[in-house]
Amino acid sequence: MQNEHLVLTEVTIDFPTDNGPYRALDKINLSISKGEFVSLIGHSGCGKSTVLNIIAGLHQATEGGVILDGKEVNEPGPERAVVFQNHSLLPWLSTYQNVQLAVDQIFKGTKSKAEIKDWIKHNLELVHMSHAIHKLPSEISGGMKQRVGIARALAMQPKVLLMDEPFGALDALTRAHLQDSLMEIQDNLGNTIIMITHDVDEAVLLSDRIVMMTNGPAATIGEILSVDLDAPRNRIELADDPQYNHYRSEVLRFLYERHALPEKVA
Amino acid sequence: MNSISLSPSEALKMEQSDMAPKLLTIVSAETSKAQIETIKHRKDPYDELKRIQKMAFIRTMLIPMIGILLFLCVWHIGASQVETSLGTLPGPSQVWTQFDGLIQEHRNERKKEAAFYERQEKRNAKKLANNPDAKVKIRPYTGSPTFFEQITTSLITVMTGFLLASIIAIPLGIICGMSAGLYAAMNPLIQVFKPVSPLAWLPLVTIIVSAVVVSSDPIMPKAFIISAVTVTLCSLWPTVINTTIGVSQIDSDLLNVSQVLRLNWPTKVKKIVLPSAMPMIFGGLRLSLGIGWMVLIAAEMLAQNPGLGKFVWDEFQNGSSNSLGRIMVAVIVIGLIGYILDKGMLLLQKKVSWDKNAILR
Repeated sequence: MQNEHLVLTEVTIDFPTDNGPYRALDKINLSISKGEFVSLIGHSGCGKSTVLNIIAGLHQATEGGVILDGKEVNEPGPERAVVFQNHSLLPWLSTYQNVQLAVDQIFKGTKSKAEIKDWIKHNLELVHMSHAIHKLPSEISGGMKQRVGIARALAMQPKVLLMDEPFGALDALTRAHLQDSLMEIQDNLGNTIIMITHDVDEAVLLSDRIVMMTNGPAATIGEILSVDLDAPRNRIELADDPQYNHYRSEVLRFLYERHALPEKVA
Repeated sequence: MNSISLSPSEALKMEQSDMAPKLLTIVSAETSKAQIETIKHRKDPYDELKRIQKMAFIRTMLIPMIGILLFLCVWHIGASQVETSLGTLPGPSQVWTQFDGLIQEHRNERKKEAAFYERQEKRNAKKLANNPDAKVKIRPYTGSPTFFEQITTSLITVMTGFLLASIIAIPLGIICGMSAGLYAAMNPLIQVFKPVSPLAWLPLVTIIVSAVVVSSDPIMPKAFIISAVTVTLCSLWPTVINTTIGVSQIDSDLLNVSQVLRLNWPTKVKKIVLPSAMPMIFGGLRLSLGIGWMVLIAAEMLAQNPGLGKFVWDEFQNGSSNSLGRIMVAVIVIGLIGYILDKGMLLLQKKVSWDKNAILR
């Protein structure tokens, strides 16, 4: 089927603990089509990151599995690039060299030196970082670091871009800027993106579908909300849009009424 | 505005001036002038800078100087109280005289050497003039090594041993840090060999080197190899341990990056592991070099291998009235060289380090 780009089937993971195995995720089933932007939202500790790490291949599912374009995922690889929450740039390499590390690794042999150079610069331009290509990560702001992190991931030309709370550590204004950049990039490139967030506005603004997860242990998918808003989305116009606010309250209701933090339920 | 930082007397003036408006204007003009003066005094950045520089000078130069002076005083007074079989314990001034004497000795030896080669050349030239086919022998000068030659020998030996140790220890540490299995295999060996004294290694090393180096005219003197290998064996461990710890503490996010990129082993080591572990590796290297230097002196002394250790031992055996002073010169020089070696490593670290803002001490 054409829309079965990435499929998670019965994904379950147990972590060994002193008191026997701890079931973090229980039977996650999800199918994502090409070019789709999917957000995973849920309270902290519900296993959102674990889902992402399993797709990335950094964790192995105990049961079930992940299939990308008909192939099972069982190790990390550049076709599933990850944007980490704390940017994870190598502090001793300049922004250019950080992207270069990825590009050299993937395109050495297929691209010429000049092409590689252009490709690095092109990706830094996509995230509006051309002005700081020779700066070290310690010399640029948090938002800029995350931009470079995104450039590094995009430069791998991944089939799926995995983003683990990419804007979680940023202030609200910087976050809004980066969200706009991300929307612009996705409009142009049509990447398949899976993003973890705990920001309801971010999820509604960016996603085609929002996957809402129940609380752990044995967390699973509670509901999936399709967001049918026309692209390009504008945060200011949407602020008064009844449809947007409806989606927003749907997610809020799920998070704070149906699946409030366990300690609050008890 | 003017009344913000008035001194009591100025405030009084102001009060008095309430009754005389004319006076007020004069006084307020004065106060504002005074105020500007105080502001200038407080905020002038150059003055502030000078003050900070002065404090820094006092802290980094003056106080250490006072410390050294006090030590010299205590030494001077204390030494004159101690009677030994070789006379009174020498104080700072006698030790300085001995140091001077050692320099003189070195110069004389150089002159003798130059004279020896000159004579030899003349003799050979004469021989060749009489008979062009005559075989000319060139003998090396065989005077006893001076203090400064011993220092050079020791420095070359310690650097050789230390380099050898680093070449072994850094890769070993990287492997141990990256593989838990290898670490488990190596750790007991490291823990057992680490505390072994150089004096225990030395006989073993001497016998093994003597057995292995059989050539009668080896490229390097046996004594040199023995000292260097002993230094290697003892200075290996801090670098191995520090490198292992440094490598095993790499940020897991960076390792995830390397996994996602599927970096091969050499790239991963070069781009992620080494830069990450560099501060820890340098910490280990500095410890290793310090240990190496201490071990070398002991090894030279015990094995009668040329170097500073032998110098000390010879002076001890010599037992002349100069000996005590000369040994003290050696002690101070050994300490100073150890200090300089450590500073050198620190400079190297600063040069190599990617983080130019890191405070290294």
